[in-house]
Amino acid sequence: MNIVLRLAWRNLWRHSRRTWLTIGAMVFSNVLLVFMISLQFGMYGLMIDNTLKVFSGHMQVQAPGYKDDQKMRQVVPDVQPLAAHLRSELASDTIAARGWAFGLASSAERSYGIGIYGVEPDFEPQVSNIPGLIEEGRYLDDTNATEIVIGTMLARNLRIGIGDELTLLGSGVDGSFAAAVVNVVGIFGSGVKEIDRNIAQMPLGAFQDIFYMNGAGHQVVLLAPDLGQADILQARVETALSDDSDLVVHGWDELQPGLKQAIQADMSSAFFMYGILVILVAFSVLNTQLMSVLERTHEFGIVMSLGLKPGRLGRLVMLETAMMGFIGMILGALAGALFTTWFTVNGFTYPGMEEMVANFNLPGRVYPRATLVSSFAGPLVVFLFTLAAAVYPALRLHRLHPVEAMRTT
Amino acid sequence: MTAVRCIDLCKTYRQGDQDIKALDHLSIDIEKGEFVCLMSPSGGGKTTLLNAIGGLDIPDSGEVWIADERIDQMSKGQLADLRLANIGFVFQAYNLIPVLSAQENVEFVMQVQGVPAAKRRDKSYAILEEVGLKGLETRRPAEMSGGQQQRVAVARAIVSRPELVLADEPTANLDSKTSAELMKLFTELNEHHNTTFIIATHDQRVQAYAKRLVRMLDGRIVGDAEQHAA
Repeated sequence: MNIVLRLAWRNLWRHSRRTWLTIGAMVFSNVLLVFMISLQFGMYGLMIDNTLKVFSGHMQVQAPGYKDDQKMRQVVPDVQPLAAHLRSELASDTIAARGWAFGLASSAERSYGIGIYGVEPDFEPQVSNIPGLIEEGRYLDDTNATEIVIGTMLARNLRIGIGDELTLLGSGVDGSFAAAVVNVVGIFGSGVKEIDRNIAQMPLGAFQDIFYMNGAGHQVVLLAPDLGQADILQARVETALSDDSDLVVHGWDELQPGLKQAIQADMSSAFFMYGILVILVAFSVLNTQLMSVLERTHEFGIVMSLGLKPGRLGRLVMLETAMMGFIGMILGALAGALFTTWFTVNGFTYPGMEEMVANFNLPGRVYPRATLVSSFAGPLVVFLFTLAAAVYPALRLHRLHPVEAMRTT
Repeated sequence: MTAVRCIDLCKTYRQGDQDIKALDHLSIDIEKGEFVCLMSPSGGGKTTLLNAIGGLDIPDSGEVWIADERIDQMSKGQLADLRLANIGFVFQAYNLIPVLSAQENVEFVMQVQGVPAAKRRDKSYAILEEVGLKGLETRRPAEMSGGQQQRVAVARAIVSRPELVLADEPTANLDSKTSAELMKLFTELNEHHNTTFIIATHDQRVQAYAKRLVRMLDGRIVGDAEQHAA
């Protein structure tokens, strides 16, 4: 081993208890960072999946401008054949066509403005949780039947139940008056007020007839096996649609900008806390290295008198810190990864969580997502801050005067 | 050829309310290959002079020349390079690096100089044998006697065959037998390699080995005479 490396290594263990305490602080913070970041990634994955599985999917094929304007005439022509083509092309069942219209839903007693979705009963359950959230009655089963499922709050507001008739009034795609009477066959409860109060679903065939869609719809919804594969799937969809320049594919972050912003806001506050943790560790290292430099002033004077430049001495201190930081990083990342892996397998929950998310037809445990990034990003930042903390003690050596240093005892 | 030239050196230290003149308009020329002994009572200025010659301390005024280079105006880095390449130091307190073995202490300077590993190893073992420490190469300073530590310090100072060796009270912590052996070693190096030695001491036994005796008092040279070495 290079003698400077040997010197640095042995210097590190002159006060082994102090060194281990400093490494311990690094390891503790690294374990915490690895677990928290992995848990955060897992939570975000769950949040995204849960939100997207409720309705919007990982991506949607739409007409240009529809996402922002949502005008009836901004249609995807032949939406069902297109969905079928994509299912065949991508060998995936998690693709479904939809139409959407705003309408007035009237019962015998009351009327409410709602969003009416025309869906493919055979494929909607593959892209949305709504079909699985039926609390009363059943979900749609015939693409041409004049039937509808509505949310619990809407049913309560309209004072209707299963088997009752609902009158829908709205505008067709050509601006003409659209009206129909449909039977309520199911009532769903998603737990999300906006959905339960404002959304209804009916078979796409009947929807197209009522709103004069002429085979068109407004979106083809696609759900990837998981969030990590969404980008790949989106690229494949775009390739499959390359001949059809009139359509666009929107990713989940465009469809749910609020979700992305919520995640970003949460990440900002979390990383602020992580930053404080890392800075505390850096100060611990600064303290250790400063003490180490001060108590070796005499020795530094000796090596300077032998011809070692202050810069090289500074590098020696940096090397010692790098060694200590490296040990802390590796031990912390390994311990953190092991700790996190246990939760990755067994999941993480807290009292009441399972009951709460069960209302949303979603899994009740969070599974931390241990990746290379989550396992090493935190420890790497701690390592870099550790090095940064050693800069001041190293720079102090530049001011050292050999004779004065050697007089120090 | 002049190895060291000091011209009108002044250095004042402040001690409490008093200014102490460690060097008081001191001038001296030392030729290459000389074996010079600086003698003075404590506080006479010999260590300050050694430090100024070695570039460890900068005089308040005056000039210090090592061979053809004026060093009192050099930067810290230039002085470090000069010490590394041309000057060997032996201190009263040995000043070895405690976490390195005897052989590693000797090798350390060569590593800084950029000497290849195999050559470093060979030279460090050879010089330790030369100073009588064969078999003790792996011992750390704390595991050696004062005399042995001083030999390691000497080996470290001379392993790169510097042109100039500055020794500050090298025998102060040694018994008379070890002191004699050390001085004999210095004498041999001086004679065989024409290395210039400047030794600051008030040890009467060391004076006997010097070819030139410089007496100092209050930062000034009060006597400078050549003599027949022992």
